[in-house]
Amino acid sequence: MKPAPFVHHAPRSVADAVAVLAEVGHDGKVLAGGQSLIPILNMRLASPAHLVDINQVAGLADVTVSDTEVRVGALVRHAQLEHHDEAYAALPLLRQALVNVAHPVIRNRGTTVGSIAHADAAGEMPAMLALTDGVVEAVSASASREIAVADFFEGALETSLTPEELAVAVRFRRFAAGTGTSFMERARRHGDYAMAGVAAAVRTSDGLIADARLSFVSVTDVPRSLDVTEVFAGQEPESVDWSAAADLVHAAIEPEGDIHATAEYRAMLAVELARLTLAQAARRSVAAHQVARDTEGPAA
Amino acid sequence: MTTSMFGAPIQRKEDPRLVTGGGRYLDDMGHRALAAAFVRSPHAHARIVDIDVTDAFEVDGLVGIWTHEDLPGKVGEPLPLLIPHPTLTHGRTQFALARDEVNYVGEAIVMVVARDRYIAEDVCQRIRVDYELLTPVVGIANARDGSALVHEDVPGNVACRMLQEVGDVDAAIAAAPHTLELELDIERSACMPMEGKGVLARWDTDKGELRIFSSTQTSTGVRAAVAAKLDLPLAKVECIAPDVGGGFGVKINHPWPEEVLIPWAARLLEQEVKWTEDRREHFISSAHERGQLQEIKVGFDEQGRILALDVKFWHDNGAYTPYGIIVPIITSTQLLGPYKPGAYRCEFWSLYTNTVLVTPYRGAGRPQGCFAMERTMDAIAEYLGIDRTEVRSRNFILPEEMPYDHGLLFQDGRPLKYDSGDFPASMAKLKALVGWDDFAAYREQAEAEGRRVGLGIGCYVEGTGVGPYEGGHIQIETSGRVNVSTGLTSQGQGHETSFAQIVAQELGVPIGDVFVTTGDTRRMPYAVGTFASRAAVMSGNAIALAARNVRAKALRIAADALEVSAEDLEIVDGIVQVKGAPGTRMSLGTVSVMSNPLRYAFDDAAKAATQFAGSNDPNKPPVADDDEPGLEGKDFYSPTQATFANGMHAAIVETDPVTAEIRVLRYCVIHDCGNMINPMIVEGQVHGGVAQGVGGALYERMVYDESGQLLNASFMDFLMPYASEVPHIETDHLETPSPLNPLGIKGAGEAGCIPVTAVIASAISDAEGFAITSMPISPVELWELRQRHARGEIPSLARPRHTSTSPGSAPVPPVQEAR
Repeated sequence: MKPAPFVHHAPRSVADAVAVLAEVGHDGKVLAGGQSLIPILNMRLASPAHLVDINQVAGLADVTVSDTEVRVGALVRHAQLEHHDEAYAALPLLRQALVNVAHPVIRNRGTTVGSIAHADAAGEMPAMLALTDGVVEAVSASASREIAVADFFEGALETSLTPEELAVAVRFRRFAAGTGTSFMERARRHGDYAMAGVAAAVRTSDGLIADARLSFVSVTDVPRSLDVTEVFAGQEPESVDWSAAADLVHAAIEPEGDIHATAEYRAMLAVELARLTLAQAARRSVAAHQVARDTEGPAA
Repeated sequence: MTTSMFGAPIQRKEDPRLVTGGGRYLDDMGHRALAAAFVRSPHAHARIVDIDVTDAFEVDGLVGIWTHEDLPGKVGEPLPLLIPHPTLTHGRTQFALARDEVNYVGEAIVMVVARDRYIAEDVCQRIRVDYELLTPVVGIANARDGSALVHEDVPGNVACRMLQEVGDVDAAIAAAPHTLELELDIERSACMPMEGKGVLARWDTDKGELRIFSSTQTSTGVRAAVAAKLDLPLAKVECIAPDVGGGFGVKINHPWPEEVLIPWAARLLEQEVKWTEDRREHFISSAHERGQLQEIKVGFDEQGRILALDVKFWHDNGAYTPYGIIVPIITSTQLLGPYKPGAYRCEFWSLYTNTVLVTPYRGAGRPQGCFAMERTMDAIAEYLGIDRTEVRSRNFILPEEMPYDHGLLFQDGRPLKYDSGDFPASMAKLKALVGWDDFAAYREQAEAEGRRVGLGIGCYVEGTGVGPYEGGHIQIETSGRVNVSTGLTSQGQGHETSFAQIVAQELGVPIGDVFVTTGDTRRMPYAVGTFASRAAVMSGNAIALAARNVRAKALRIAADALEVSAEDLEIVDGIVQVKGAPGTRMSLGTVSVMSNPLRYAFDDAAKAATQFAGSNDPNKPPVADDDEPGLEGKDFYSPTQATFANGMHAAIVETDPVTAEIRVLRYCVIHDCGNMINPMIVEGQVHGGVAQGVGGALYERMVYDESGQLLNASFMDFLMPYASEVPHIETDHLETPSPLNPLGIKGAGEAGCIPVTAVIASAISDAEGFAITSMPISPVELWELRQRHARGEIPSLARPRHTSTSPGSAPVPPVQEAR
């Protein structure tokens, strides 16, 4: 369990980093938090000739919150984002999901952007990018571009990033006011990769369901979101049957069995978690309206 | 006054050192040593056709590459079969490096030594081995089928068939009013110590001496094994177990291939060589356990009393049998638990498979046996409609029947004879602790909330403290420091504390003055090892006896010096004083000075001693003919048989009605290991054991595919429970002393894990309303069982009764005969 020899590059700037990537191409691999990459190297499942370690690169460790987005730099650790109160206020979903990302020691080191660039559909954060309809910012020696989430994930562990590109940040889009969110997953042990996980965003308007979306962990090839508004639109969140999206969920997922759970079991979990997260997201949406009314109350 | 140390729940002396990074484990040593790595078989069953190392030679930093044909003499012979048995007719062991055939994925084929481990692994990657694939035998069913063979000279893959019978089982079953049959299945798991194995060897060319450090449970065993393999006099080999990060059984098997090869390479190269096992190696090339298929037939009367028990089981022993058939023998004998079975017959077959070999893992065959017996008890209770605790109680061996001889031979080849135990008292305590009689009300309330809960129970008896012997040596320095050594090793049991408590108590010294060394053949060359819940019983008693010898000598010397009778003296806080006249006194340090006529006054104790110097009688030698210099004592403890501890566990589980996830809400333990040296350490042992038991019941299994690949050889996929998966453990103790040893103690090391699988299966069965017969169980498996149950493929259980019924008032059993 020792990695094969590699050249370690430690650039200090994005420009230096992408210059190295341009030079080494397919022989290079970006090292950020290393929580997935280092075990892979130690088990010699991959032996890249060059590691481009971006931990010394300046300017990648910020979380910035705007009216529309939460922008997360490539060196922001999961724990940093998890504990970022402004980000939580803007997009509670992130913390709701992040507490499920492995264990605290892994979150202390692992990065949110790294998790998304790794594109493991068993990871929580790719599914969050999908549900928020987010964007990946990519930089290469020759160009910069923004990649919409729909164009980013291409397959299991595959993205549209080229070997020359560095993902310098991701931007999670904030939901419309009055949206409630929820994330739940089921793993064999606390902190393990989920057998299935579901994120839900529900917006109510004038006491009725206006918008409902889901995204999934571990039951799809690529992270993507599923709009289930048509099933619930116009209904009252207190009386709606949240299991009514089951057919849509079944149609949207393609779970695979492994030694921990069969495909059928994962599908059952996805349907059940969709029901639970939709209900919780709706309750939060209703509560958000209530809070808004309460805080506006005295001023009105 | 010296406060009583024996029985005190004092904190462990070793913990400040261990938890602040002061531990010195195998890989903390030998940083300049050459590193070894191994090419291991990627195939479960294959013939080695060719090994090509040409590509490997060019790697900078390579020191040497060896295959079997390079191994001289005994190094190239099969490893020893440690524990032969007359019924082990087809015992097989592996070569240190495979000769011409590999029999499991992970079997070592080539050893590489290089400047560091990185380079050694680079070299391994460049070595090409050509194989001719053979049919792999994976799983007990395939091994039993026997159409493909692991070893071509072992027909039916049967290493051993063993039969023990007490009474006439066939007649008793034929005469029994009721019979039931059960088929049970228990999966593989493994010890998984935090620290894997590891060996560091130093060869002193000038002296021709070998010093081995091994992360082992038996340094005396490794020393003798290596001396034999390398044709070295025992006097020229020392073995030291440094701090060891857990063993749980896997490090009692010896010598492992690496324990022979690393010392051999160190001598050959005249350089220090080290091998530290990595986690993948530990998964695929150390040892596993559990793994049995069982068939049980039981005959019983209207009261649920067992009249005859007929057990057959098939035990997966993996590819080789270096540790003999200890595990299935223990299953076959300890299965009986606290019960009188009437007539009993147990027949087992120990079978070869092309998988990692099987050696004892904490519990060592008992969890399997307990599972068989306790599932049977639940089945009888269900069939007769009697409370599960009641059926058990009616079958208990009673305190007045002790000692109780089952008429069988135990693992040590001696009679299976329980020395003591009060099973009805344990049961009463357990029922009170878990609230057995209140559970029906609790369930009713839970079900009203849409929750599904179940209550389970399991009882066991554990033979502990098997011989043949251990020794203790105690020496008191002139400073008053008490050095204690015993030969068996420590892997985290807290020996530095519990053994010190015994010595502090026996000698009358502060525990802070007592320093314990274990597992160092330089300090105590005669020892067996730490396994089978034997350290406290064996070394604890040996150390107590040694302390009594030292105490007697100290009193004799002090009595002379103080001119009083030894009977009038006592030792308090390290001071020998006259009872009732504590002004007449001398310290044990001073006694130590006086015990050694070589009286250079190096220290204050020696100066102080001069006031007691008597006349030098020129007609007597300075050391009397029947005496020895020094305030030292040594003794050995060697019992006639094992001492039997026992315990009873109960759990309340909740299963999710939709997802079938299983949560342990409460876990209750009644534990009886006789007198406790340190209840806090005992409690820790029980907690750790239960945690491993929970792993075995709900999480851990070795997932082999049909080709013999272990699919979950990492901690990502082999699911040991985290702290978040282990329930809070509620414990209560009973202390029924053993009449067999001076301290009245029984072993506690394995206790916690033994009944957990049975208890959880019992609780899930209770929650679900159908019998669980295969363990461990995962949510997906329970979910699938529910579907089969719904389709009528699995019969329903009647709702168990949780009210206490006395004998004679048992409800009328159902009319139909059980199958």
